[in-house]
Amino acid sequence: MNRFAELLDRLGYEPGRNNKLRLMTDYFRTTPDPERGFALAALAGGLSFANAKPGLIRALIAERTDPVLFGLSYDYVGDLSETVALLWPSPAESHARAEPTGFDGDLDLVEPRPVARGHNRPPPSLAEVIESLQVSHRSDLPGLLARWLDGLDETGRWALLKLITGSLRIGVSARLAKSAVAALGELDPNDIEEVWHGLEPPYESLFAWVEGRGPRPEATDPAPFRPPMLAHPIDDSDFDSLDPAEMTAEWKWDGIRVQVVGGTRPDGRRVQRLYSRTGEDISNSFPDLVEAIDFDGAIDGELLILREGRVQSFNVLQQRLNRQSVSPRMLVEFPAHVRAYDLLHWGEEDLRPLPFCDRRERLEAMLAAAGNPRFDISPLIPFRTWEELAAARANPGEAGAGVDAAAVEGCMIKRADSPYVPGRPKGLWWKWKHDPHVIDAVLMYAQRGHGKRSSFYSDYTFGVWRDGPAGEELVPVGKAYFGFTDAELAELDRFVRRNTINRFGPVREVTHEPDRGLVLEIAFEGLNRSTRHKSGVAMRFPRVSRIRWDKPPAEADRMEILEKLLRREAELDESAES
Amino acid sequence: MRPSDLLTMTPSGLYCPQADAHIDPVRPVRRALITHGHSDHARAGHGAVLATDETLGIMAVRYGPDFAGATQAVRYGERVDLNGVTVSYHPAGHVLGSAQIALQCGGVRIVASGDYKRARDPTCAPFELVPCDVFITEATFGLPVFRHPDTRHEVDRLLASVRVFPDRAHIVGAYALGKAQRLMALIREAGYEEPIYVHGAMERLTQFYQDQGVQLGEIRKVQAAERPKLGGAIVICPPSATQDLWARKFPDPVTAFASGWMRVRARARQKGVELPLVVSDHSDWDDLCATILQTGAGEVWVTHGQEDALVHWCVTRGIRAQPLHMLGYGDEGEVEPETNVLAGEAAPAEAAT
Repeated sequence: MNRFAELLDRLGYEPGRNNKLRLMTDYFRTTPDPERGFALAALAGGLSFANAKPGLIRALIAERTDPVLFGLSYDYVGDLSETVALLWPSPAESHARAEPTGFDGDLDLVEPRPVARGHNRPPPSLAEVIESLQVSHRSDLPGLLARWLDGLDETGRWALLKLITGSLRIGVSARLAKSAVAALGELDPNDIEEVWHGLEPPYESLFAWVEGRGPRPEATDPAPFRPPMLAHPIDDSDFDSLDPAEMTAEWKWDGIRVQVVGGTRPDGRRVQRLYSRTGEDISNSFPDLVEAIDFDGAIDGELLILREGRVQSFNVLQQRLNRQSVSPRMLVEFPAHVRAYDLLHWGEEDLRPLPFCDRRERLEAMLAAAGNPRFDISPLIPFRTWEELAAARANPGEAGAGVDAAAVEGCMIKRADSPYVPGRPKGLWWKWKHDPHVIDAVLMYAQRGHGKRSSFYSDYTFGVWRDGPAGEELVPVGKAYFGFTDAELAELDRFVRRNTINRFGPVREVTHEPDRGLVLEIAFEGLNRSTRHKSGVAMRFPRVSRIRWDKPPAEADRMEILEKLLRREAELDESAES
Repeated sequence: MRPSDLLTMTPSGLYCPQADAHIDPVRPVRRALITHGHSDHARAGHGAVLATDETLGIMAVRYGPDFAGATQAVRYGERVDLNGVTVSYHPAGHVLGSAQIALQCGGVRIVASGDYKRARDPTCAPFELVPCDVFITEATFGLPVFRHPDTRHEVDRLLASVRVFPDRAHIVGAYALGKAQRLMALIREAGYEEPIYVHGAMERLTQFYQDQGVQLGEIRKVQAAERPKLGGAIVICPPSATQDLWARKFPDPVTAFASGWMRVRARARQKGVELPLVVSDHSDWDDLCATILQTGAGEVWVTHGQEDALVHWCVTRGIRAQPLHMLGYGDEGEVEPETNVLAGEAAPAEAAT
């Protein structure tokens, strides 16, 4: 457990994806089974322990510490798990310290270093912790937890408490953890995904396969996740080399990409699952959709909210996504729907090697036969030339998307003969998104970045003008931390350092007067109302698209522009709802 | 004699009227008794300074040879009489030359510990316990959440990171006096034999340690041009330099920081530290409590740091205790990280020594 704890601790500090990968791969390489398998389960987020609540942890520490000292400590540290991990009087750590020289007193007086109760216990393994938690009764938990905390060092205690309260927050996705396993044997992460859903912790057969010591684990899951095929953004220059006759086009819907899978176990029981594009099982959030899976097969599609046959905007979908639990009312007000793009599997047959146009025929036939109102097909866009497609993309409502046009965020271009290849293969699929919204905003604050950028001011808070109580003022509307080149970053950083007017910890306030300051052109995908921001708006996917060294801040955009855009998006929502 | 007659608070710091001497005064005085060489305790411009030979040497390195009107070196354990007050210096285990100062007069003994630690440090004499009536303790880490781990473990973590990332430079922030040299010695004890690189700001103090016979192995000053080639190297620099332009030229640097503050994760994150190393030259909570009990003092005065918790703890043990709110300390050594970042950027005075 202590080694796993050190890994978690280090991952929490390490901002870089590749460096996180290396840390995990190194851990998997040097840690034996079954410990590493349970670690993989914890990192991939597949564990939850219902009985471990913060109240239990508070009670345990209250029995062991002075309440005044606990209060002062908690105020200082600000995190319950960490405070308890630091304060816990552990017999394992009551190692002898330097004996005082020049004094011959009675060391038994020395407190609060505790006298070891009985013998020092060895630290529990991660395997022991996870296996015990899964079988133990609620009433056994305090004793069990106290025993483990006694045996662990500070980092171990911290990790244990974070693990059982389900808040690791170390910036590792399930996909990244699987990629680290793949790197053990120079496999592709998609190879891991293919077999993943048939496996259980501690994944010994997986490690054996990856390390070349065993056969590929049999995918016994009747409804496995299949890694999705992704598209490249299209470039203007790409069109010259692409023949429209060999291509198909369809709308790119602004929902969330999902995989809908149904299967039957050998004993005849049905299995129905909904996966996110990263392979996360999100079935529990969409019971309405999952119970409608009445086929044995795998559909790749877009999850949308449909009201009376009309697709709602992403803003509406987000209201359902943000909920932890799904209420009956939610199911009625936000009915989930899948607009199908592709058919990956049908019955016993893997369709992925077939050309797209053949899979598409199978998909059409399957949906037509099923007549299931929860699923429909994403229509193709007829076109003969790229100009025609450009016209359709510019006006989806007229080109077939009709009342759903507001939920179109561009179009997809696919080779008619493309097989379904996991990952982002070259030369098969492209996405041609709508042009982003663009505003000119004024740089107001800058914050240091992480990792390679840790000495650069690379996170920029920007604002636009509005009428304030005391005249014109800038109101912050968003934060961007990419979109610029390394050379531009160096220039921006220099600007920040030379124009700092205030410092707040890692944040600097930068000159932002009508005649002095820096204008950033910000591109973004959409705008939502938000109570979290002073301006009341939140941008989706904001980035710096240009640095306007030439433009005085007084000429930057005003809040009214964003308000107008917000109203327009709301109107589109309403027109889609009515 | 009451303890408060022997030693009292003045705007310049702790003052003994009968000896006419201040302990670690924050402004120039006629006669100063200096516990150790950190710049918030050892300032230039006093009429006369009584300190250990090593501390006088450190002050000369930092302020030049004329840092005081007159100086007198004192050995550990030696008794010096100042107008009827017996003054003696005892190892504090904090940095090279650091001392606790004991004042004895009329049957009362007060020990002003300065900064001290009980953990092992191969670069200075170990802390020596001096029984006393009044113990003046620091409280830099005076909260029970501060329990420093074994330094060997922290150094192992640094070396493990160097092993996993052999192409990245490991930039370790450490205070220029004491922490940097202790870290070098600990790294050597762990078996690391490659050259250790240092920022120019700590070259002279490191040289001073080596001149005093502290074994640190091969230490190289970082040359500006060679920074891009130092993948896999361990580079020790002042804490502020880890976030500076200077640190950028190293290959994909891992930012480490050796400090007791690194025990609290949020503190490490605020500083942008990726590899926090909990290595402190101050006592942790357990050692503060243990030391107070071991001195047998009936009264404890608590200075710079988290006084409240330690005073509370003393009272629950039946020991009289009061906070001494002394201004001007904590400017060097393990000051709260946020303040240090700003101080380091605004006034690179430390880097100049």
